[in-house]
Amino acid sequence: MFGIPTQALFSQLLLGLINGSFYAMLSLGLAVIFGMLNIVNFAHGALYMMGAFVAWFLLNWFGVNYWGALVLAPLVVGALGVVIERTMLQRLAGLDHLYGLLLTFGLALIIQGGFQNVYGSSGQPYAIPPQLTGGQNLGFMFLPNYRAWVVVFSLTVCLATWFAIEKTSLGAKLRAATENPTLVRAFGINVPLMITLTYGFGVALAGLAGVLSAPINQVRPLMGADLIIVVFSVVVIGGMGSIMVSIVTGFALGICEGLTKVFYPEASNIVIFVIMAVVLLIKPAGLFGRAA
Amino acid sequence: MSAAAPAAAAQAAIAAPDAARDFRIAFAIMTALLIAAPFVVYPVFLMQALCFALFACAFNLLIGYVGLLSFGHAMFMGFAGYIAAHLAKVGSIDFTLPLIGVGPHWRFGPLPPLVAIAAGVVCSALLGLLVGALAIRRQGIYFAMITLALAQMVYFFCLQAPFTHGEDGIQSVPRGKLLGIDLSVDLSMYFFVLAIFLTGFLLIYRIIHSPFGEVLKAIRENEARAVSLGYSVDRYKLAAFVLSAALSGLAGATKSLAMQNASLTDVHWSMSGEVVLMTLIGGLGTIFGPVVGAFVIIAMLQYLSPFGQWVTIMQGVIFVVCVLAFRRGVIGELAAVWRKSL
Repeated sequence: MFGIPTQALFSQLLLGLINGSFYAMLSLGLAVIFGMLNIVNFAHGALYMMGAFVAWFLLNWFGVNYWGALVLAPLVVGALGVVIERTMLQRLAGLDHLYGLLLTFGLALIIQGGFQNVYGSSGQPYAIPPQLTGGQNLGFMFLPNYRAWVVVFSLTVCLATWFAIEKTSLGAKLRAATENPTLVRAFGINVPLMITLTYGFGVALAGLAGVLSAPINQVRPLMGADLIIVVFSVVVIGGMGSIMVSIVTGFALGICEGLTKVFYPEASNIVIFVIMAVVLLIKPAGLFGRAA
Repeated sequence: MSAAAPAAAAQAAIAAPDAARDFRIAFAIMTALLIAAPFVVYPVFLMQALCFALFACAFNLLIGYVGLLSFGHAMFMGFAGYIAAHLAKVGSIDFTLPLIGVGPHWRFGPLPPLVAIAAGVVCSALLGLLVGALAIRRQGIYFAMITLALAQMVYFFCLQAPFTHGEDGIQSVPRGKLLGIDLSVDLSMYFFVLAIFLTGFLLIYRIIHSPFGEVLKAIRENEARAVSLGYSVDRYKLAAFVLSAALSGLAGATKSLAMQNASLTDVHWSMSGEVVLMTLIGGLGTIFGPVVGAFVIIAMLQYLSPFGQWVTIMQGVIFVVCVLAFRRGVIGELAAVWRKSL
């Protein structure tokens, strides 16, 4: 097709799908946090990086393997999120949005600077778990098992989150608290606790994405810094209104980026920003957003 | 963005009936200090601080007086810096399109400093028009994310465009001559930079206290009300954005001549974060705050540079402390204590 070998086309598509699953998991977390706390969590990229580092520490210091890290690292990152929310973010209630952004930006600098101090800018290798090495020959392309796992697993996590928020009674309470926290408190529901746990859950998702990416993109202190800017534009394109929109735009934009790598590689790192600019021109409220 | 941001400034403004006199006194003190400073402190450090001070003042025009948080202001400073450095050193314009390989191309040799700076300002104003037109289509927190994303785009452009020399940047930019004075002498260059800074600073003061500035403040306090009063809010926002971009460009272009280099650091998002920090620590929506903030942060970067990444951690801590406990900033607190508008 267009003189591009199918092999290259499909492997870039897969790469796009993988990036898309990180975009989806991160923008999902941002959307959930924004809904409850009215804060755009700039520290999301740094906490994603932390998830990968926790997995690396677990493996190299405690001998905990990938599967253990997949459970423990999000818990550690989530616990840190709970502490951050209880000690700092809670004090910002009622202030302008921008203070939340500035505070979490400061936190991102602290976390990133801390890891850079120890590990510089170089990457630490993290091996693919033995169960997922190798790959399948699909005829038209070679599919590495680990990459297939990342796509399937993150899609499952995203859909489970969607289900939990849209279809369960806990999710209904959460959505109600997003709409009108005072009224929900009057029903005897502990809204502050809910807000804390929401933040913890949102950043745990980022930590989980970090663990997933560790075997693919090495573990680097700055791995989240550039990613978060892309995720922000994903959020601008889709709007932070609904969970499903975050998932769909995340994956779709990852695929767009992968395709650009095939056809015009020079533009691959700006294509999402270009799409964002075009969306702002034709639909200022975002692709799926309602006019404010 | 709602009104809560620079409430301190608003309070201070009410408490000071003869604000103009206070401003004149404070301005005279600042000018006197800046004239005496290069005989005590290393002029190159002062030039850098002055350029950042102007940059922070330009940024503050948006956040402090219109309530718009731009998280990509480094693009204006850095881009103008590249333009000025390129024109002062090489002096060519090349519009060769990447895919087709053809396009107009002029070569005219190195330009004098004022022309190079002016070209930088024009380019950043045009960039500001483009970015502003896109960014003002969304409100509040989205505005910050859009400016950040577009700035990242400019960063990648500067990384790949041939004239910026990628990772190397443009080095040993000549400062040239102005009215027969050789600007390669640090002290002469310092007074040139000081003149530009004071001009930009007074221009910003004038903008804030003009009828146009009053409308900007009205938009900051209550955008819906400004709309209902018949002001076309988007146009005012765009005009303020372009002015802020042009003044940031002035700072960046001047800086690339004064420091004799233009590099990727100045277009990176961390620079956008630094200017927010300077303004925040000095006091959002105060006239002198960004100047104080810029000197504090540049001094910190200068003296703590041997500590490597600890500087980043320090900056993060300052952000957190400022947001949690010190939202009015240095000048905002002083203004509140003295009941003056600064």
